[in-house]
Amino acid sequence: MRYERPKTTAEVTNLLAGAVGRAFVLAGGTDLLVRMKSDDFEVDLVVDIKAIPSMSEISETADGFEIGAAVPCAVLGENKALVAAWPGVVEAANLIGSTQIQGRCTIAGNLCNASPAADSVPAMVAAGAHARIASPDGAKIVAVEEIPVGPGETSLKKGEFIEAILIPKRSPRSGDAYLRFIPRTEMDIAVVGAGVRLTLDEQGGIESARVALGAVGPKVVLSEEAARAIVGSKLEEAALDALAEACSAASTPIDDKRGTVEFRKHVVGVLARRAAKLAYKRAGEN
Amino acid sequence: MNFDPTYRSQKFRSVGTRPRRPDGIDKVTGRARYGADFNMPGQLVGRILRSPHAHARIVRIDTARAEAVKGVKAIVTASDLPDLTNGNQSLFNILDNCMARSKVLYDGHAVAAVAAIDANAAKQALKLIEVEYEVLPHVVDVDAAMLPDAPLIDKTLFTGGVEPTPETPSNVALRSEFGHGDIESGFAQADIVVERSYRTEQTHQGYIEPHACVASCNSDGTAELWVCTQGHFVFRQTCADLLGLDVSKLRVTSSEIGGGFGGKTHVWVEPVALALSRKAGRPVKLVMSREEVFRASGPTSATSIDVKIGARKDGTITAAAANLRYTNGPYADIWAELGAMTSFACYDLENVKTVGFEVLVNRPKVAAYRAPSAPMAAFAVESTIDELAQELGMDPVEFRIQNAASEGTKSSYGPVYGPIGIGPTLEAAQSHPHVKAPLGPNQGRGMACGFWFNFGGQTCTDLNVNVDGTVTLAVGTVDVGGSRASLSLIAAEELGIAYEDVKAVVADTATLGYNDMTDGSRGTFSSSMATISAARNAIGVMRHRAALQWDIPVEDVTWEDGNAKASGEKYGNLSPLSIKEIAAASGNTGGPIAGHSEMVADGAGVSFATHICDVEVDPETGSTRIVRYTVIQDAGKAVHPAYVEGQYQGGAAQGIGWALNEEYIYGEDGRLQNPGFLDYRIPVCSDLPMIDTQILEIPNPNHPYGVRGVGETSIVPPLAAIANAISNAVGIRMTHIPMSPPRILAALNRERNQ
Repeated sequence: MRYERPKTTAEVTNLLAGAVGRAFVLAGGTDLLVRMKSDDFEVDLVVDIKAIPSMSEISETADGFEIGAAVPCAVLGENKALVAAWPGVVEAANLIGSTQIQGRCTIAGNLCNASPAADSVPAMVAAGAHARIASPDGAKIVAVEEIPVGPGETSLKKGEFIEAILIPKRSPRSGDAYLRFIPRTEMDIAVVGAGVRLTLDEQGGIESARVALGAVGPKVVLSEEAARAIVGSKLEEAALDALAEACSAASTPIDDKRGTVEFRKHVVGVLARRAAKLAYKRAGEN
Repeated sequence: MNFDPTYRSQKFRSVGTRPRRPDGIDKVTGRARYGADFNMPGQLVGRILRSPHAHARIVRIDTARAEAVKGVKAIVTASDLPDLTNGNQSLFNILDNCMARSKVLYDGHAVAAVAAIDANAAKQALKLIEVEYEVLPHVVDVDAAMLPDAPLIDKTLFTGGVEPTPETPSNVALRSEFGHGDIESGFAQADIVVERSYRTEQTHQGYIEPHACVASCNSDGTAELWVCTQGHFVFRQTCADLLGLDVSKLRVTSSEIGGGFGGKTHVWVEPVALALSRKAGRPVKLVMSREEVFRASGPTSATSIDVKIGARKDGTITAAAANLRYTNGPYADIWAELGAMTSFACYDLENVKTVGFEVLVNRPKVAAYRAPSAPMAAFAVESTIDELAQELGMDPVEFRIQNAASEGTKSSYGPVYGPIGIGPTLEAAQSHPHVKAPLGPNQGRGMACGFWFNFGGQTCTDLNVNVDGTVTLAVGTVDVGGSRASLSLIAAEELGIAYEDVKAVVADTATLGYNDMTDGSRGTFSSSMATISAARNAIGVMRHRAALQWDIPVEDVTWEDGNAKASGEKYGNLSPLSIKEIAAASGNTGGPIAGHSEMVADGAGVSFATHICDVEVDPETGSTRIVRYTVIQDAGKAVHPAYVEGQYQGGAAQGIGWALNEEYIYGEDGRLQNPGFLDYRIPVCSDLPMIDTQILEIPNPNHPYGVRGVGETSIVPPLAAIANAISNAVGIRMTHIPMSPPRILAALNRERNQ
């Protein structure tokens, strides 16, 4: 196995593009290092991106936030501006693993690991986040929901890697929230997750919404029907019922060791209702 | 050796205090040496190749390509562990479990092992061992395994314990029956009969430290083993038997233990490590991964249990019956029998009958897990008792008090009880503030009782008085729950010296006589008895030495508060000789001072507990939170109360995990789906409230200080206590453990749709 720790993005993309065999990007390593201990996992090249300064920075731009691919989730929680603007995204990032894990793990890694149960992904999708992808041919910007294509699989091509997550500037009267269901209270993986972002009009009605669901399909589900169910409402009971129903309908979960189809389709609606109420309350406070 | 174990009431100076644990600093600073922390020069890395199939015939194993890997020093298969068991079936089962011989019987069954100079070479070699399997139909479910057309685990197995012996083989190894009276006439007298069937899934002890050992076979025929175990003397015997060694030539040293809970009473990889070392001619370290621990060591039984209890309107139980079917893994044992014995042990019953069935399935060999088999039986019985109390319109505590066993009761499994704690724990529950505390929305309260036999067994202890008057205590029971602290307190009490002046160690098998393993809550019970005996013997020696120093008859020397005293007026001017003074002079009065003790510690008093639990159920998700939990248990005498409380809390915590989320999940292919702590969900700290404890002390008449074992009973009531609380909270009777959110939500939705 070869380990490289380049100093520039161009070196990273060149190493990845030229790699023979299986190549992986190392940021926090909380997924990669665990998998490397398994007897069934082989790796030929590890490219550590933490020596590139921009990878570990959060910057606030005119368009929003730019979060370097190696920024640990714990650091997101310490960024007051980000917490104030996107509490749902930060809360989701700080549900991953344990305190120790959060000191290393990253939202870019969480996205690239492409687990349908990734906590930060539905929150990012609800927030309308994008990924800036570096490649030998230059950078491009892609919506977060376009990155995972199935369990463990991404749309990234050879030589490409995510260098930053871009979260838009929060518009006025907006709020977000992410909730997940786990059988324990922490140190667990989502059986169901729901992220909601709402923007209110001046009368307190919902002007626009994004609803993203986790662990109920092979990849994160961005449900336009679920969003439509609450747009124009003030989250009256009927709108919440419609939201829950739309989320259940949009879900295509499986029976597995973590939960049943019946359970997931029901609880995704419950969580979406609760997340929508929380996002609505936050939007009203902004 | 005229040791009198009879209980005598006395005022204690050391016993009952809470000094710091002697192993604490080493453990919190990382210096304590666990199984994987021993190292030898030239040591090799051992790895085991395990079956991916639940049931298959081994057609061929070819190790040639693996042997050619650079750095590989030995590969062993069953042929390197020849059958020396000489018709001893239980020993053969251990051998077959350590290394599959003709068939693999579960996903994870060992088929070969490698010793190599490093982990990479071992890993590479594992991949190159070719095993050809003929896959056979498998069965993992207890009820499915009992069906007439179930795949047979062992075609030569005919159910024992039934007359006449069946003519066709089956997966039911043994039927056992307990009870007395006539249940049919008992049920005929009942006004109300409740009958229900229950299921519990397989759980693992979940000890944090995986099995680990270093084995070293020497060219002169001797061998050494450093191992994480609950019983190094038992491991020595088993390994010596399986490898054909003289017992004296195998020296076993136990490490610190990162949890065992019964799972480390059985050998798993140790004979394999020794076989690898014998073949390689070098020491071999073998450490199981967490996945291996789950797939191939120690789970408890999955069960299916029917219970029927009848009572008169006045609350008297007239008859009780249970049929208990327990998985054993692929080898016959007595797990259902233990369930059948414990089921109704809390109650005074005129008519009672329990029947146990040991069922073979393609799952790992079942091992003891803290009060083995009792929690499942208690779940079924205590749930039924709760429902019966509801039907009778009686308070569940009051109903139990009315039917509780007491001194003189003939127990449902045979013996007549001496003084016991079930009544007092129930009465303590009745007056505990917990039962009157208000409950919030979606909250409910449940309670349940539990029983465990406790065990004494063979014990050998040495107590050495050092020249400075401090004491070294060498015991042979592995310290799994604080016994070194407790035994130091006991030695200090008996000798009349300070706790800090006693250092207790767990001696290896070459330096002390045989000891049974630490199981059956026997560690502190039996070794404290042996320690008291050894201390009294040492006091005898010291009285003799004082008599020599004073030149008076030994009969005139008494022992008080750590001093020899000359009794009688005629010695009025002799000042007492302290243990320090006697020890300092020992070189001139006869040499070293020691007390020795060997015994079978009989009379471990039975143990009872009552638990009270409040839960809150989220009706939209089926998620259950434990809001409040109280354990009330009889300790006989709490030697170190903080450790006793820890045992109460630890058992309750494990029971809570078992009740709510822990379970072995098998796929259609018979492979374990969740061999890791992510998907085998033991509770994390934030899942639990502070567990309150109340220690009752009803002295055990068969122990000088009244001590009873306290380690196991606390895991018995939680399953039922939580099920009863959930029933009280949301009105549904959960009959399938674990009561995971999907199961509770499904039950709630069924109820809503009715």
